[in-house]
Amino acid sequence: MSDTPQKPLDPMPTEFDQWYWNGAEEGQFLGERCGSCQVFRNPPRPMCPHCHSLEKEHVELSGKGKVVSWARPVHPKSFGFDEPPIVALIDLEEGYRVLANLIDVDATEVRNDMAVTVDYLPTMKGRKLPVFRPVENA
Amino acid sequence: MGFHGREVAIVGIGQTEFSKNSGRPELQLAAECSLAACRDAGIQPKDIDGMVTFTIDNNDETGLSRCLGVEDLAYTARVPGGGAGSVATLQHAAAAVSAGIADTVLVWRAMNERSQYRFGQPHSQGGPSVGTGATSIASSIPYGAQSPASWLALSAQNYMHTYGVTNRDLGLVTVLQRAYAATNPNAFFYEKPITIEDHQNSRWVVEPLLRVFDCCQESDGGVAYIVTSLERARDLKQKPVKVLAASMSLPTNHEVISNFYRDDLRVMTETKQVAPRLFKQAGLSPSDMDVAMIYDAFTPAVLMQIEALGYCGQGEAKDLLADGFGEIGRALPFNTNGGLIGEAYIHGMNSMVEIVRQIRGTAANQVSGATTGLMTSGMAAAIVGAD
Repeated sequence: MSDTPQKPLDPMPTEFDQWYWNGAEEGQFLGERCGSCQVFRNPPRPMCPHCHSLEKEHVELSGKGKVVSWARPVHPKSFGFDEPPIVALIDLEEGYRVLANLIDVDATEVRNDMAVTVDYLPTMKGRKLPVFRPVENA
Repeated sequence: MGFHGREVAIVGIGQTEFSKNSGRPELQLAAECSLAACRDAGIQPKDIDGMVTFTIDNNDETGLSRCLGVEDLAYTARVPGGGAGSVATLQHAAAAVSAGIADTVLVWRAMNERSQYRFGQPHSQGGPSVGTGATSIASSIPYGAQSPASWLALSAQNYMHTYGVTNRDLGLVTVLQRAYAATNPNAFFYEKPITIEDHQNSRWVVEPLLRVFDCCQESDGGVAYIVTSLERARDLKQKPVKVLAASMSLPTNHEVISNFYRDDLRVMTETKQVAPRLFKQAGLSPSDMDVAMIYDAFTPAVLMQIEALGYCGQGEAKDLLADGFGEIGRALPFNTNGGLIGEAYIHGMNSMVEIVRQIRGTAANQVSGATTGLMTSGMAAAIVGAD
């Protein structure tokens, strides 16, 4: 293992989620919703499953949510991490779910329903990765 | 009967040895297991006029036809969803035969999944693509959720938390299946049973959810089976195994292993949606099943399928297992070959042919008098029975 701390791999944007990673670069935590009926959705997609509109909006979110599921992959080691990361599914205030790391919290302290807020981690090539930290540590 | 056309049966099964290094190309594995299935059925390979496999199988229909000498392939289909789609191969094969589109359909899956590429290891690239049923995985890679075990664990943690399912509870599945594997000469873990303490002493893969003994094995090998009409099956070599029902379900916002976005993380929605129409098709109920294959890439999925199939209420599978559910002589023996955890991971197909052996009465761990068998791979399920 090298002495230089590892950093997370860079995002691998697709044609449908490029806006998410670009928003993070600007310090904005964005979500996708239908441009017609305004229902949020994730993963991003070209059509609203409710009203079938092709219009979409990428809007800034509160960045607040709660942990609904979490896990800590320890073996084999994950690329980009010296210590095993905590990965969580976060139900956002806006009513949908994202996957991200939990930071600044020990695995023994993580609780389902824990309130979390968005933050950013630098990646290998200096991009920004939206992650979450417990609200009490914010 | 779920098919409105001809009645359909599985008439041949074949497999290669299961190993960690087959030492030969995947196409050769596919050809060998397919030929074995033809010989088991007592049919000529050139009689095959339909082929079904997985979207992600690396072998082309043309290449396999060239090996087998297939002369007039009238029907092909591939099912999405990786191993979760495995039982849907039977739906496609049976539907084609029932409708009269094809008479003799070969289903295969062959892979060097240990020696050539490793499914279970972390991925640093975009991960699986179209046909895997896991299309949003790329966005999880930078976060260190890079392996099937990590994705499955994230999808299952809410369930385990909600119902107080511990890793020790999951170990009941492994201990049961390793006991079956221990007496199945084809199993990688033949003569290697484990105790619950062995399970608890095995290394964590994903804390605090999955240990190494909660995971299926990376394996090399091929498995095939042959489907034809029941009428023809009765003139062939083996006792026919009738296809009584076959169904699948892909719910909204569903993914196969990275199933993070479904509304209720406590439920295996796809199995819950499949179960009622499956049993209705067959005109049978869950308690009519004598033996089952329950897809066990990772142990939590076994508990969630038992619940979604209706064998108990939500969160109660751990208690059912503690009471001996799954053992021969108790309610619903399952994965009697050792399953994907104990025998090999040929993407579910090896457990499907185990159910055929059970109905024929030729399994290594035979369930006495088994006449009706259930196969479920999460998003697809089937019921087969003696003629």
